[in-house]
Order: sequence, then structure tokens, then C-alpha cells
Amino acid sequence: MTFRIGKTLSSLALGLALATTALTPVAWAAGASDTDQERAARWHEIATSIFGDRPIAQTDSLVKIDAPVRALDAALVPITLTMPNDGQIKAVSLIIDDNPAPYAAKFEFGPAADPAELKLRVRVNNYTDMHAVVETQDGKLYEAKQFVKASGGCSAPMGMSDEEAMKGMGDMRMKFAESQPGKPVEATLMVRHPNFSGMQMNQVTRDYTPARYIDKLTVSAGNQKVFTLTGDISIASNPVINFAFKPDGKPIQVAASDNQGGHWQHSFTPPSPTN
Amino acid sequence: MTAPAVQPRAFPGQRALSRRGVLFGGLCLCCLPTLGRAAEFFTTEEVGPGIFVRKGLIVDATADNADAIANIGFIVGKTGVLVTESGGSLADGQWLRAEIAKRTQKPITHVVLTHVHPDHVFGAGAFEQDKPVFIGHAKLTEALSARGEFYRKRLIDLLGEARTGPVVYPTMTVADTAEVDLGDRRLTFTAHGPAHTTSDLSMIDSGSGLLFPADLLFVNRIPSLDGSLKGWLTEAARLKAMGPSRAVPGHGPVTVDLAPALADLTGYLTALRDGTRAAIAKDVSIEKAVDTVARDQRDKWALFDTYNGRNVTVAYQELEWE
Repeated sequence: MTFRIGKTLSSLALGLALATTALTPVAWAAGASDTDQERAARWHEIATSIFGDRPIAQTDSLVKIDAPVRALDAALVPITLTMPNDGQIKAVSLIIDDNPAPYAAKFEFGPAADPAELKLRVRVNNYTDMHAVVETQDGKLYEAKQFVKASGGCSAPMGMSDEEAMKGMGDMRMKFAESQPGKPVEATLMVRHPNFSGMQMNQVTRDYTPARYIDKLTVSAGNQKVFTLTGDISIASNPVINFAFKPDGKPIQVAASDNQGGHWQHSFTPPSPTN
Repeated sequence: MTAPAVQPRAFPGQRALSRRGVLFGGLCLCCLPTLGRAAEFFTTEEVGPGIFVRKGLIVDATADNADAIANIGFIVGKTGVLVTESGGSLADGQWLRAEIAKRTQKPITHVVLTHVHPDHVFGAGAFEQDKPVFIGHAKLTEALSARGEFYRKRLIDLLGEARTGPVVYPTMTVADTAEVDLGDRRLTFTAHGPAHTTSDLSMIDSGSGLLFPADLLFVNRIPSLDGSLKGWLTEAARLKAMGPSRAVPGHGPVTVDLAPALADLTGYLTALRDGTRAAIAKDVSIEKAVDTVARDQRDKWALFDTYNGRNVTVAYQELEWE
């Protein structure tokens, strides 16, 4: 898979946001002036590099993106992907067109998944179109789009030292919502990991902290896969993913790895369903 | 001296703008290229013996206001002048330096950098020529290393390079407490744990008993959270325990009674903490929490709609790992 489309660090110069007492993002509308045509051309280029010449049809039913129109915090933009057609969805990709590494995440679903609703938190570096592309079981592609106003999310300093940011790296928690017998269970997976973007400056050396991010994360219910996530620098630090799975009474296994060889595994026991 | 400071307000509950406030916000500053001519609209007020404070605007930084949004000022001691807050830009710092020159010929010996935020540190460049001691929290150097240039670029986009100024680093750092003697008065500094930011420094003046908590105390303007919510509540209690009765908040009126102002601040922070905790416990997602948490505080704070959602976002990340 081509996972790094047009990754240019030229956008470093546009590293701008992080709201504080003083500054509002309005004046730093990087990418704000691009025309719809320019955006469409960029998307075409990105889509071709990821999906080749496979046709992508537009959809307003198979997948929907919910994101704040204007991000409150460019380094943590909550995204909800809604895919109501259970059984039809094989995978979903999230692409943030104007991020330095646009291909933010790909979720490939297994038999234990209920992909109806998926939430994750991303970094957004520019005013940008965001695309969700689903692949259905019959191998067809469908896209949905939303425009998001944010800037500087990838380069925003974390407000703590790298050492502090890496404390407890690989720790995980899982919260389970109350469930009913025979119904999918909603779960929240939290992973401690700085997900360094490679565009954040180290506070002591004043060099850029090398990118270190979760690149693969697999969630299984017993032996059945729920999903595999392929991730990149656009996922916010301390990743949190909300998803749903079909329980079979067995523990939930999570295996995560990062691009620098880190590997972590945890097991969680879902509560018994209540009526 | 009691010349009325112009106080444009943009928050619910205090809609009534003074006529000057309207002119100020609506007409005058818009056409002024620098703070130079805006100076006639700003004024410093003597809030204690030899202590002068300029009230910051309760708005966000714009090209027109030169980021003059924090309460800044100076203390004239026997041996020299200590700048309590430098200003939000080189232009703002230059204005303050000119104000000092109107009041005293004593040398400017100390400039306090109260924390990393741009509205409090970018005035420092105006004082480099005086070769003062720049006083900051022990964590300020690393915080400025990480963010200084990032903030500077953003300010340049807003104000232009000439009015923005350099990132100035502390030359005297405080890890716990420290004292500065101005001959007839002592300033006692306290380095706080992560609270508003990770580099908050407060100061008490022995001459007046006034506390300078900087942005550990917001009044009227909604507090902005960039350090630790739980830590801020701890440090607020510590400020109270330090015992002063009056304070010069980082934003808001030039002086306030400390106890009620701290009560309002902790009221907001507690609402933020409890509301965010409740949202997390009920699996309310972060994007819903930003619209629901601490809403009952909305009428009490200027710029609530601009900052509350972001505060919830920061608080959520801190509290979800409890």
C-alpha cells in the first residue's frame, strides 16, 4: 500500500495553530483560499495514488463523516464515521487531503466487527477536505467528504517533554458500554502513545522529534478479527478509538505496533450482557 | 491616578459598551498601524505605592490591538524598576517602556516572564536594551524552546515582523521560590506546578502586599486551560493559602479582592472538571462534551464560546486516563 502520498515537509512553514489565550486561528487560514477545483484536483491525485484507477462513486448512505466544521483543537479533531450497512463494509479509509501525510487511517473489518459507527481523533494541519472511502464486500469503492477548518495540528507542540509524552507508552484501557444479549457491544480503546508526527520540536534539543506513531493495531474478539487499523502521523497523540463488536464471550485482544519497533499486547474482558 | 481605562467588553451580561469603548473597538484602533497612537487610549493606573498596571483588552489578539490583551505593568522600587508583565508584542512592550519613562528615570532592572503564552512574553524584546534580569519559571526555557518560534510566526502573520519582536529567554529561573530586593521592597516569586500552563510564576510585593498571580487568576475573561486542570485547582488553593487579600489578575480589572476572584475561577474550573468527569463516566464523546460541559458558567465569562470547548477538549484528555 502506498501510505505516504506527497509527504512534503514544506507544510512545516504552515505549522501554525494551537489555540492559547492570545491567538485565534482565523488569521492563519492556511489553504483557506484554494478553490474547489484545486481541491478536487488534489483529491484526484491522492485517490489515484491510493486506489489506482479504480472508480470511486459518491455516497451519502454507505459512509458519512462527522467532524467539526471548525476544529477547537487542531491537534485533536474528533471524527465519527457512520456506516449503517452492516455486513456490506469491508474497509474504510480516512484521508485528510491537505495533511503532510494525507492517508490518516485504514480500518479493515473482520467478522466480529460492527462497523456502524467508528470514532477516532486526528490532527489537521490545514483547511482541508476530508474523505472517507469505503470498500464494500463486492470490492466497490464509495466516498464521502467533509471540509474542516483547522491549522497546525501536526506541528503543534505537545506542551510537555518527549520523555513525559512517552511515559507509559503502550499502556491501554478499554471501556465497554452496557450491552444487551445478542446485540453488538460498543467499546472505547485508549492507547498511551505520543504518536510523534515528526513535525514537533523537541523542547531541549530544539530538533524535530522523529516521527513515532502507531502503524498497526489489531483488535480481535476471541479468534475473530474486529478490525486492523493501519495508522500514520495524522492520528492524535494517545489514540482513542470507539468501535463496536459482536461479542462471543471471549476476551478482546489488542495488539499494537509502532514504526520504531515498539510492540504491545493487551487483553480485556467485556462484561456480561445485562437485560 | 484614576484615569478611566477603556474597557471594551464583549461578553453576555455586560453588553453595555461605553461610548468610548465603542469608538475604540469599532473605529480608532482599526486604522492605527501600531500601538504608538493607540497609546493615548491606554493608560496605566497606580494600584499601589509605585505600582502601575495597564488593563489588557478582553478580546483576542488582532492586527489592530497588537496583542495588548494582558494586564501588564511595573513596580518602581528604590534601586530600580521591575516590569511585572512585558506585554503581548514588541509594540506593546515599547508602549510600556515609554510609560515607565514618563514616571521614573530609574533603570529597568528586572522583567518578569510569567509564563509561556505570547500575550505575556513578546513585550520582553522592548527591554533587552536595558539589560535587565529576565525572571521566569524553571520550565519556561524549555516551553519557549518548544513553542516560542511557533507563536512568533503566528504573531508575525498577524502584526508583521517589526511589531512582533524576538523570543526572549529567562536569565534567572525559579524552580521553587526566589526573592528580588528593590531596596525598599522585596518581590517573592513562586514557581507553580502545571496549572494554567507548565510554567506559571507568581509574585508577591512586600511593599503593598499585592499578589501578582498572572494567568493563574483570570477575572471576567474565561480561563484558558493549557497545563493541568487538577493542578490548577491545587495551585489556586495554594494562592489562597499564601494569604494576600488583593491581587493583580493576568486578565480582568487591574486589581481585585483575591478571595471572591479565586472563588469565581475555581467555580469555573470545578464545573469544567466535574462536567468533564461526568461526561467521561457516561461515555459522552469528546465532541458532545464540548457542547454540554460547564454551560451554566456561560453568562459569567467573556469569550466563553471561543474557549470553553477547547478547555473541555484539554480537560477530557487529562481526565479520561484517571
